Amino acid sequence: MTIQEVHQGRLCSPFHSRISALDTVNQWHEWKGYSSADALYCEETEYFAIRNATAVFDLTPMTKYRITGPDALEYINRLVTRDMSNIKPGRVAYAVWCDDRGQVIDDGTIFHLKEGEYRLCSQERHMAWLQTSAMGFDVSIVLETEDIAALAVQGPTSFTVLKTMGLNGLEDLKPFGLMNFDFDGADLMVSRTGFTGDLGYEIWIQSGKAELLWDALFEAGKLHGIRAMGTHALELARIEAGYLAAYEDFLPADATVRTGRTRSPLELGLDWLVDFKKPNFNGRRALAEEKRSGSTWRLVKLDIDGNKAAHDSYIFSTEKGNKREIGFVTSAAWSPVCKQNIAIGTVRTPHGKIGSTLWVEIYYQREMHWSRAMAKANVVDKPFWFPPRRSATPPGPY
Amino acid sequence: MTDKYDAIVVGGGHNGLVCSALLARAGKQVLVLEANEQVGGAAVTREFSEGYSVSACAHLLYQLQPSVRKDLKLRTKLASEDMTTIALGDDGRHVRIKGKSVDGVGDADADSYRRFYKRMTRFADLLRRYLNKKPPRLGTRDFEDLMTLGQLGFDVRRLGKSEMREFLRLIGMNIHDELTEQFESPLLRGALSLDAVLGTHLGPRSPNTIMTYLYRLAGNHGRVALPAGGMGSVSDELAQVARESGVTIRTGMPVSRIVIDNGRVSGVETENGERFDSMTVISNADPKLTIMNLVGARHVETGFTRRIHHLRMKGNAAKLHLALDGLPTIDGLSKADYAERLLIAPDEHFVERAFNPAKYGESSPEPVLEITFPSVCDSSLAPTGKHVMSAVVQYAPYERKGGWTDAARQEFEAAAIRMIERYAQDIVQRVTASELLTPADIEREFHITGGHWHHGELTLDQFLFVRPVCGAAQYRMPVDGLYLCGAGAHPGGGVSGTAGRNAARAILSREKAA
Repeated sequence: MTIQEVHQGRLCSPFHSRISALDTVNQWHEWKGYSSADALYCEETEYFAIRNATAVFDLTPMTKYRITGPDALEYINRLVTRDMSNIKPGRVAYAVWCDDRGQVIDDGTIFHLKEGEYRLCSQERHMAWLQTSAMGFDVSIVLETEDIAALAVQGPTSFTVLKTMGLNGLEDLKPFGLMNFDFDGADLMVSRTGFTGDLGYEIWIQSGKAELLWDALFEAGKLHGIRAMGTHALELARIEAGYLAAYEDFLPADATVRTGRTRSPLELGLDWLVDFKKPNFNGRRALAEEKRSGSTWRLVKLDIDGNKAAHDSYIFSTEKGNKREIGFVTSAAWSPVCKQNIAIGTVRTPHGKIGSTLWVEIYYQREMHWSRAMAKANVVDKPFWFPPRRSATPPGPY
Repeated sequence: MTDKYDAIVVGGGHNGLVCSALLARAGKQVLVLEANEQVGGAAVTREFSEGYSVSACAHLLYQLQPSVRKDLKLRTKLASEDMTTIALGDDGRHVRIKGKSVDGVGDADADSYRRFYKRMTRFADLLRRYLNKKPPRLGTRDFEDLMTLGQLGFDVRRLGKSEMREFLRLIGMNIHDELTEQFESPLLRGALSLDAVLGTHLGPRSPNTIMTYLYRLAGNHGRVALPAGGMGSVSDELAQVARESGVTIRTGMPVSRIVIDNGRVSGVETENGERFDSMTVISNADPKLTIMNLVGARHVETGFTRRIHHLRMKGNAAKLHLALDGLPTIDGLSKADYAERLLIAPDEHFVERAFNPAKYGESSPEPVLEITFPSVCDSSLAPTGKHVMSAVVQYAPYERKGGWTDAARQEFEAAAIRMIERYAQDIVQRVTASELLTPADIEREFHITGGHWHHGELTLDQFLFVRPVCGAAQYRMPVDGLYLCGAGAHPGGGVSGTAGRNAARAILSREKAA
């Protein structure tokens, strides 16, 4: 038996040479085997680049699977809860997938690259689940995380930056669309997707061209405030955009031990992603039953009084003058761009209807001493940050 | 052309026939489609050499349930019943086991056996009550399920403090440890070991073999019988009853797929292209064949596919049939003794050693055997003066390393005959024809994945609430209109008719509730 050489220790993204050259704080964490920067300068600076200029995030560690074969569409349709048959080649879909109990395993984006060829991107790894799901289908599933280098290019000037880089025709690209360009003889795929809720793109290229692409991008962005960012700034932006994060707002069902700790898509406010018109998909039977008998949990977006972020707070409702604990906050932040104290939380049904008023118990520390505040929280419908430029086609120049 | 039925049963095994007859009696239009030319599945009588017939797969009746007999008013003719089990000793001193008594062992062993038998049959009776009903689900608020679970808890508790403790101690245990604690006689230990592992991929030292032993006793306290005309006559009688009840039975009609329309069953298609419509399809085939081949994994969910795929159902028991021009001579056996059930299992270690190679995909060079000469009390099976032998030979792993080639088959058959020769030196001269069915043959000829006669190993992780798999234990598959009625469903294999009866009752009561 020959033992293949395997990577030991942390992997470096193909952009590592460029990112580490810009890095000033030396603050890294592990993300699916890769070193990933928490921040390169400071969280705030990077965050404001997202909202006011262009921020670049290295999303190479994002798990990427190439799904191909004659049964690819049918396979994906059985895998995820939404109907993928209307996602044409050149389009991208946000999707969740569930286990048989209708509990969310993960969410991610599925790129319809061309007829019968898809790329699935997710935060977590799912090869075992994808392979098991492939039984009885003529599909091949290949992990291509290491082969494909990817950057998120996000912010109001991102279109201008990419245009300056020479991507002609990009103005026609609508949200959740994708386009292919030639870059130094390689295929550069650009999708109008992102995790920031702003105008932005994600760009994908074979790993060997990564550094060249980075250099071209930063050259083009020089006059448009381009800046590299780390995960902390992205985290703030995604809460503003109302996006969910695995291990924060929900737990992947396949990695959760205790019963009742997982969530269904209906409980995460993702009803719009569940298409009961499909005759079979993983979780369908359980979700149909849940829809009939009612969910246990409801995801809420909260607009909270005051300016102290409601990290890990309990959520209360008022009943007959008494406050009763009904859930907890899973993500919270003070939003600089909205000037709002915002949070994402989960509460027991029937609480948390849109427009209802709840309370959150905020603990905060001032010079070692803890204090507690009960703050009023309104349940809101829309994402906190949803600028028109996010979906304007063609995007305006900034 | 299409025909419409209230229910279609895929496979005319004995369970399929029981299920179809009960449904027809409830007023349903039922069609049974059997792939082979003969109904009965693995419960058939076949001629294997001119003039010589034998029960081709299952050969002893020990579990046909009184409830099934009563419901269908069966009057199965038996060639012999309440047979004695004779554990052959190579010196002509055999051990005879019948009910609670055992001969040929010391007084201490005879006493121990009486106590052992009493305890085991008591546990088996407890088990039997639950084999004859729909297994309860865990974690539900269904009234019937909760009642059954409560009853189960109560029944276990009612054994009394020390017997309950014994029950819970033994149920997951291996039989080897218990036997070596209880008995001195190697032959007795060997015989009981073999009883516990017949038809399984388990050795006496494997955990769970007390459970398989109890399952055997649960049928009829371990009493075995030979149906007149071989096992096929049981199936023929069931088919007769089914036809009289209005069931349409068509043989030579292999089903190629169960048709799923818009997430529910709508009928079946046969290999010759015929299509039959029905909103209810009941599969008598094993769970793997049903889900992975007939339905298709894409019509069920991933977790369920995974559980079905991982079902352990690789058979390890072969059938050996010999045509004999006369009975072989075995020292110490009377003429009448040849009508009994003979075991070749010198001691419990011998059984375990026979199992050892099977773990690594090799067949036993010194196999253990369960032997009958059914022609002794049933003259219809062989020409006058001649005889047939029907034996279960273990171990012959389904996935034999290198496959079941002709050479491999010859080698295993020779090994089996060599074993018999130790007790009956003239066996070789007596043999005029032979047939060996390995698990691979059983898979091919009786359409059982892995050739496992229980349609899935009978172990605690595939038993009761979780048979065949978690989430599908109540005969209902997770596709609307699809049911399972074969040995792969609760309770398991053996010609008992229980799975078929339970399935029919579950289907009818579900319909009533809807």
